[in-house]
This record gives sequence, structure tokens and C-alpha cells, in this order.
Amino acid sequence: MNFPETLLYTKDHEWALNKNGTVTVGITAFAQDQLGDIVYLELPKVGTTLEKGKTFGVVESVKAVSDLYSPVSGEVVKMNDPLKNSPDIINKDPYDKGWMIEVKVSNPQELKDLLTQEQYQKLVAS
Amino acid sequence: MRYIPHTSKDVEQMLKTIGVSSVDDLFSSIPKEFRLKKSLNLPPSLSEMELRTEIESLAHQNEATQYTSFLGGGCYQHFIPTIVNYLSSQGGFLTAYTPYQPEISQGTLQTIFEFQTMMSRLTGMEVANASMYDGASALAEGCLMAKRIHPDKTHILIPQNIHPDYRAVCQTYLEAQDVTLIPIPYDSKTGTINLSSLEKEASEKCLAILVQSPNFFGVLEDLEAIQKICKAHEALLIVAVTEPLSLALLKSPGAYGADIVVGETQSFGNPLSFGGPHVGFFATRMSFVRAMPGRIVGETVDVNGERAFTLTLSTREQHIRREKATSNICTNQALLATRATIYLSTLGEQGLKKLAQWNHSLTNTLCEHLKGKAKIKFTSPFFNEVVIETQSPLPDIEKRLRDKKILGGISLETYYPELKNCLLICTTELNTEDHIKTLCETL
Repeated sequence: MNFPETLLYTKDHEWALNKNGTVTVGITAFAQDQLGDIVYLELPKVGTTLEKGKTFGVVESVKAVSDLYSPVSGEVVKMNDPLKNSPDIINKDPYDKGWMIEVKVSNPQELKDLLTQEQYQKLVAS
Repeated sequence: MRYIPHTSKDVEQMLKTIGVSSVDDLFSSIPKEFRLKKSLNLPPSLSEMELRTEIESLAHQNEATQYTSFLGGGCYQHFIPTIVNYLSSQGGFLTAYTPYQPEISQGTLQTIFEFQTMMSRLTGMEVANASMYDGASALAEGCLMAKRIHPDKTHILIPQNIHPDYRAVCQTYLEAQDVTLIPIPYDSKTGTINLSSLEKEASEKCLAILVQSPNFFGVLEDLEAIQKICKAHEALLIVAVTEPLSLALLKSPGAYGADIVVGETQSFGNPLSFGGPHVGFFATRMSFVRAMPGRIVGETVDVNGERAFTLTLSTREQHIRREKATSNICTNQALLATRATIYLSTLGEQGLKKLAQWNHSLTNTLCEHLKGKAKIKFTSPFFNEVVIETQSPLPDIEKRLRDKKILGGISLETYYPELKNCLLICTTELNTEDHIKTLCETL
């Protein structure tokens, strides 16, 4: 399973990509594989304030409904609209076209708490 | 129900298998001083023949069956064709628990699927669920659903001509929510919602407006005007229906742009049974389906590609999602919904329409006979219920009616102190013109 080196990870299986204080968030290849076919996605509106570790949305597959946990605190500045009608994009391409939201980070220090590729890989393997 | 007796040999074997020496040993964890050491003070057991006599004599004490009833107000007496009792008492329907396992419950699942389809068509909505406990809790669940859709809004407008019990249940359900129920008065002349008060209280804080139509006074609301007010404030229009038979005759709430339609299904093949159990229905727009409470049966195909039915969207329900579930409704009134389905299939679309017309025309007959005897309280159009204001004190009239074995209606003063000497009268196909004449002559 592919876990890009450029990304940071949470133990709840979200990934985060930092670009000058704006973080793109999605779920990992492991998460989408465990969920199975994703059929529905609930994401926060642009402008919503997120808190690190708190739920920011819901992902529903044929097997389960799971909460999404924010890897950082900040404000939602962008949402991946095509996912609304085709949430299965997440299954096909979790890291690129399957991104969920962009967050303007309010506390960059929090990024240090996230897992590296190596740490996440260990977590998944255990 | 299966009756499976144990022989003393069976009991002995079971005790041996689990490793205890007597049945009493099973209760060893209960301290001795709390155990009853004598036999229960009960009469001796009866033979089936004696028991039948005993129960029949008890049943004869119930005088209700000897009365002519004009009671409505949320519970309606309708004729129940024999086929409803016959088919619904088949073991597969009667003794089965809720259909978790599609591989053994296709019959029940298909019946519930048909129920959903029928309720969708009657309400004019895109999707209906497998049923709710009753109309009142369905309305309360409608309020909770509206809050899920508009979590940032806080007000729900609740007109006072909604069934008082329904309002009380909403109050209970919403007590712990960040929701304020704002009462809206009724128009004392028409009996409908006071639209200028509704307009005044409607604001961007408003997440839903509740409407019962026909309302508790039996009269129809102006759903078109109310829908416009909802639209202007992005509030959901929740329509409650206590007498679903009215849906056969009236333009559907869905056609008026309702967002959620809830109500009672007792009228369709279910007896009054001293006020319960009843069965609620719940319908909404497809775009809100994930916020909808309760169970939904969906159509699918099985491994052989054959048409099959199964619970759908269960991933949001309590037995899977625990405290994060959409609602705490984790079941439905399967048997009563089944009865409603059998009833509706028996009558068919035309039959149901005819029955609704029959009910309505009897209320018209009632109004004719009331001339000079009592005043029709409200001026708006009605379906099968009407409020009258009597000339002499109501308690005296009720006594005279009871002597003639007539239950004349519901005295409204109990719920509305301002409606002194007002009686809510309901006519159904079980009331004849003779009954109506006697009622009117006794007023």
C-alpha cells in the first residue's frame, strides 16, 4: 500500500499536506481500503473553524459510517466539490483527486505532532 | 407462538449439562432472606373451557362496543375488513421480530417496502420509512431531523391547533435540545393558524414550521401560504396528518412543497385498542434521506440476480453507530404497518378515495342536521371532523347522550379553556345517518 513520503499522517488514518500554512486533508489508502466502496461524504462548509482531533465530517461506505478527524486546527478555505456527487473518487485516488478540504492552519506547531510516513507505516503494520 | 413444554427428563438433562443439581440452584445468587418461601397467592389454574368463560365475562364488562361513537381527535374508528385480521395473523407476520436478516425475512421486508411506497404516494413525498411508533413521536422526530439539517438555527414554530398530545410529545423530545418551541395562536373565526402571527414570528432563526392539516379542529390549513413563509426564511415545512384517510381526497402535502410529512396510520386497518399501539409514518425528500430517522427497506438483487429486499442505510442506525446514530428509533411498528399495507391493498386507490368521500359526506350530513341545534364553530373547510358550540351546557348534553349510549365527541374545554361548550365531532363510515340524527336531536 502506498503512503507518500511527502505527507503527514494521523493515527485516525487522515493525511495532511502542508503548503505554506495551508494544509490539504484526505484519508489514506489504508482507510479507503478498510471502508470499502464509499457512497457518501459529509464535509464542513468553507469558513468553518476546525479543532485538531475533533470531527470535521463523516464518510459513509457500504459497510460503515465513520467520523473524520481534523489533523490540525484552523479554518476551512476550500472543499473538493466533485466528491459530493462522486465520493468513489476517494477509493480510486485517495491522495490526489480524493483530497477533501484545505485548512488555513491557526497553530503551525500542531504539525509537529503528526506522524511521518515511516511512523504511520508502522502503525498500519501493527 | 410455539408452545414447547419440558418433561422432567428434559429439565434434568438441562441442569446436568450446565452443572447444577436443581432449579433452585439457579437462584443461589439471590440471598435467602429475599426469596419467597411460600406459593404465590393465586387462584387455582383453569381448564381452557373455564378460562374462556372467565375471559368472556370480563370482556362483557367492556361497554364501549355497545356505544355509538363520534370520537376522533387523533384516533379514528374505521371498519376493518376480515382479510386484514386473517392475513396479518399468519405466523410469519405475527410472531416475527424485526427483519434484521434478509435471508429469512423476504415476506416481511417486501410488505414494509410496499408500505413505504404507499405512504410515499399518499403524502406525495420521494421517500418514506418503515414506520414510527405513532404520529406524535413521528412529529417530534421530524423536529429533531430538522435540527440536524439546520444545526445553527434554534426556533420551531408550533401552532396551538396541532393535537395537544403531539405538542406535549414534541416538548418532551426537544427539552434537552438547543431548540425553542414558539407557540402560534389559531384564528378564533376560521380555526386555522393565525397567519399574521406566523409571519411575525418567522425569522432566519426559524428551522421549521409545524402544521397539522386537517388540524385538531378538523379544518384544513392554507399550506400554500405557509410554505411561502417557510421558503422566505429557509425553514423546513413539517406537515402532520392524524387522519391519513384525508390524504386520499386532498392535494398531497408533497405537492405543496412540504419537506417532511409525518403522521398516524392507525386509521388504515388498525383497531383503537384503548389508545394504542398505534403506528406512525414518516416521509421526506430524497435529498434529506440521510438525516431521516428509523428504518428503511430497500430493493436490491440477490446473488442469483433476483429481486430482493433488505434494510438499507442501516450503517447510520443505533445498532451499528451507537451514540452517533441518526436517531434512537431502532425499530418500527412492523405488524401494524403490515396491517396498514394489507388494508390499503384491499381498498385500492379508488376504494380509498370512495371511503374518504363517504366520510366527508357524512360530516356534511351532520352539519345539515345541526342547523338550529348548535353552531359550527369554525368557518374553514373540514374533512371528517367538525367543532360545534352547543346552546346548553356541554356536561348536561354529554350525560343525555350517554344515557342513549352515544359518545358525542371530545369536549375541547379540557385543552382550550376558551372553547367552552365546544365539542369536536368525527363521522366515519361506521356512523349511520340515524346515529347522526339521534345525536343532533339530543343536543
